[in-house]
Amino acid sequence: MGETLERNTILFDAADWDFDKLKETYNAIEEIALNDLGLNVYTNQIEIISSEQMLDAYSSHGMPLMYKHWSFGKHFARDQIMYQKGYTGLAYEIVINSDPCISYLMEENTMTMQALVMAHAAFGHNHFFKNNYLFRQWTDAEGILSYLDFAKKYIAKCEDEYGLEEVEAILDAAHALMDQGVFRYNRPPRLSEADRLAKLARRAEHEEMTFNDIWRTLPNVEEDDDEKEERQAEVRNIKLPEENLLYFIEKASPILRPWQRELVRIVRNIAQYFYPQKQTKVMNEGCATFVHHYIMNALYNNGLIGEGAIMEFLHSHSSVVFQPEFDDPRYSGINPYALGFAMMEDIKRICEAPTEEDREWFPDFAGAKDWRGVLKDAWANFRDESFILQYLSPKVMRDFRLFAIADDAKENFVAVSAIHDERGFRRVRERLAAMYDLGVHEANIQVVAADLDGDRILHLRHEMHAGRKLSGKTRDAVVTHIETLWGHEVKLEEKAA
Amino acid sequence: MNLSHFIDRRKNPKGKSLGNRQRFLKRARAQIKEAVNKSLRERSLKEIDKGEKISIPSKSTAEPRFRLDPDTGKRHPVHPGNKEFGEGDKIKKPPKGAGRGQGKQASTDGDSEDNFQFTLTQEEFLDIFFEDLELPNLVKRSLKEIKATAWKRAGVTVAGSPSNLNLVRTMRNAHGRRLALRRPSTREMNALKERLFELERIAQPTEEQVAERKAVIAELEAMERRRRWAPFIDPLDVRYNAYEPTPVETTAAVMFCLMDVSGSMGEREKDLAKRFYMLLYLFLKRRYERVEVVFIRHTHHAEEVDEETFFYSRQSGGTVVSTALEKMLEVQTDRFPASEWNIYVAQASDGFTQSGDAKRCVEILEESVMGISQYYAYIEILDERELEVFSSEDSGAELWRAYRGFAPKWPNFAQTRIARPQDIFPVFRELFARNKAEAA
Repeated sequence: MGETLERNTILFDAADWDFDKLKETYNAIEEIALNDLGLNVYTNQIEIISSEQMLDAYSSHGMPLMYKHWSFGKHFARDQIMYQKGYTGLAYEIVINSDPCISYLMEENTMTMQALVMAHAAFGHNHFFKNNYLFRQWTDAEGILSYLDFAKKYIAKCEDEYGLEEVEAILDAAHALMDQGVFRYNRPPRLSEADRLAKLARRAEHEEMTFNDIWRTLPNVEEDDDEKEERQAEVRNIKLPEENLLYFIEKASPILRPWQRELVRIVRNIAQYFYPQKQTKVMNEGCATFVHHYIMNALYNNGLIGEGAIMEFLHSHSSVVFQPEFDDPRYSGINPYALGFAMMEDIKRICEAPTEEDREWFPDFAGAKDWRGVLKDAWANFRDESFILQYLSPKVMRDFRLFAIADDAKENFVAVSAIHDERGFRRVRERLAAMYDLGVHEANIQVVAADLDGDRILHLRHEMHAGRKLSGKTRDAVVTHIETLWGHEVKLEEKAA
Repeated sequence: MNLSHFIDRRKNPKGKSLGNRQRFLKRARAQIKEAVNKSLRERSLKEIDKGEKISIPSKSTAEPRFRLDPDTGKRHPVHPGNKEFGEGDKIKKPPKGAGRGQGKQASTDGDSEDNFQFTLTQEEFLDIFFEDLELPNLVKRSLKEIKATAWKRAGVTVAGSPSNLNLVRTMRNAHGRRLALRRPSTREMNALKERLFELERIAQPTEEQVAERKAVIAELEAMERRRRWAPFIDPLDVRYNAYEPTPVETTAAVMFCLMDVSGSMGEREKDLAKRFYMLLYLFLKRRYERVEVVFIRHTHHAEEVDEETFFYSRQSGGTVVSTALEKMLEVQTDRFPASEWNIYVAQASDGFTQSGDAKRCVEILEESVMGISQYYAYIEILDERELEVFSSEDSGAELWRAYRGFAPKWPNFAQTRIARPQDIFPVFRELFARNKAEAA
């Protein structure tokens, strides 16, 4: 570290930033992140963008490369008006789970904010992406950008070839099933980018060799016998019930053409890529917030940033981790930043200065001194649900004054089932953990039968949890979308578990 | 240490999401159009040209997903901020509708269930607004001497200005010529020079080597000569991009806007008339690059004014409508001969004029104006109360009745009434709808 010599010179003392200051600050942050916290991160790529570009990125899942679809235009239009009217601010950063890990900094940020954001995204989120088991197992950080590039080009080509409407119809329908388009339990087949590209290249080569101008307008309109045989073999391998509707449709739909199957696969792969993020909101944000909080304080304690900067930092940090209470008009559920940060700070406290209660609740690590190791272990091996179940301490429950409610739609009252007291801690914790179980909040819909040689009706079943039915407002619209992809009748039954 | 780098993306091309936006607008076209039309009725004169925040029913752009119905089954949420609740407490649910969604206000949400709000740019707004409107009877195409020219690429030439140098052609010619004339390449010469240096370094050369040295020197000199003779680039090689002027066919059209600004026209009427013209003006400006617009306002005396004065300045006085028609004819004969121009006239008035003047107006129309006009639109601005009185097409103010009498003879004459701002748009559509243009 060349910067160690300059230890006690202040890094910046004005709100303006420039690339030299960014670089120096980055180096100082990196030293703390790697040598003090011992984080393990992907190479960072930090990009400076304008607010308009931030809006752009927002509207397409925060990805720098995305295929074109009207819904992204709609989200952009909505975000833009919200931003211009001042209803919402823009996020200070967007970070992408890729290798190298790309973080976007907005040019409007002050130097202090840039430092915060670098610590938060380029080290906090980055470490989490690289180490958490869900991401390691279920996403392909190395391949995602080239895959999106492929997807974008492929879809643009389909639009040219088959028309916007045709492509839109498939994408609309596939988007409607994104929540039901992931493998939850068994490991998904890899993106296997290399294989796929090789296969496509082989195909292109074959086309070139057998090039015939007459056929040029109809590439891949129908699949050849080999492909069909391969696909049908896969279909025979699927064991019903199948939870991944997009996968089943992609393989087994009687009417889709090869390019349409490819579109469905693209949407399915993107849904799968984002699936871990949905399950680790609290942990991911908590990890990033904990890291930026630790690093900014370390910078201050080392005399690298001044009073002004630390005050500005504390101001924005405290608004990030603000948790409105349930009766506050601003309340819209539990703030993942607040909960994650509080739990992780508490783990540190339990390691360093445990109380009797902590020793009873967390015999494994109370007083374990090495809080870095304990946290890193948690970050690597848990998701929100299991993390809360394992690590939520009575102190955090007391601080948040958490209470659990039993809400039966048939009753005209709700009952308080547990509060933050001796008797209720465990139940509150279980209930809170369950709130982060996607299986409880997303409709669990499975393919139960489809007679491909007979009537071709697709039978779906909603496995109801706790008596919760599908909302009638969207149910029929989604079924219509499924029929677009399936080409024949689709029957959806709801079954109480 | 990890390698890391910073990239400045701010200069990247903007509007990455433009394609998405176009797809979105296309998708919700019908709803957006309706919203645009509605919003236009409520706009003030100065705002008419601006972009607009519009709100469309979100149904057309819904993205349905399977959702669990919040009103069924059992749920066990956990909330923060307990104050006085104890285990086992029962709390009555708030009545349906009230107290729901208290967290995020639906009004600011933009994407609430019923409506989706966003902003259209001025471009998009006017595009949608004027879609399928057109000037009727644009028949006298290219009668007028064609003035507009555009420069078109026309091959390459040997003469031209340096800015038009065609580098690729020039270099290709030079290359071909150098090959044909066997110009010694620098590489060949360097090789020989290298050999020469080697020979010169030899302290006591043999005779053979002396002879070779001489030969090499002679060769090099010959090469130099040849190179001078066959230069790297010769003026012969140089080529320029050629452009030649090409006439562009344009349709010459002029629109006369006649407006009554006399005392009998109240502020409200003037505002209505101005809105109508503003719309007309925007429409023409957008659709026809080559349409001339002439603004004439009148009291008991007519004058040609510029756009700014026409829309924004005030004036009042008596009313003699025919003066405007005379003025219009004067301008027309002076600058816009009927043999060369498609002529359109739009006239707005409250229908009151000096007694006897209505007759005079009809005379002028019949004798000269109608014969040369492609289309003549008369818009009468009414009081709202008058609208009820004159509910029939036949009754009306003096001018209306006078025009009514002669109108049937002229298919290219239209008259209509406006009483409220919200009438303007339908009337405008009626006058300029595309199918009407085809039918006429």
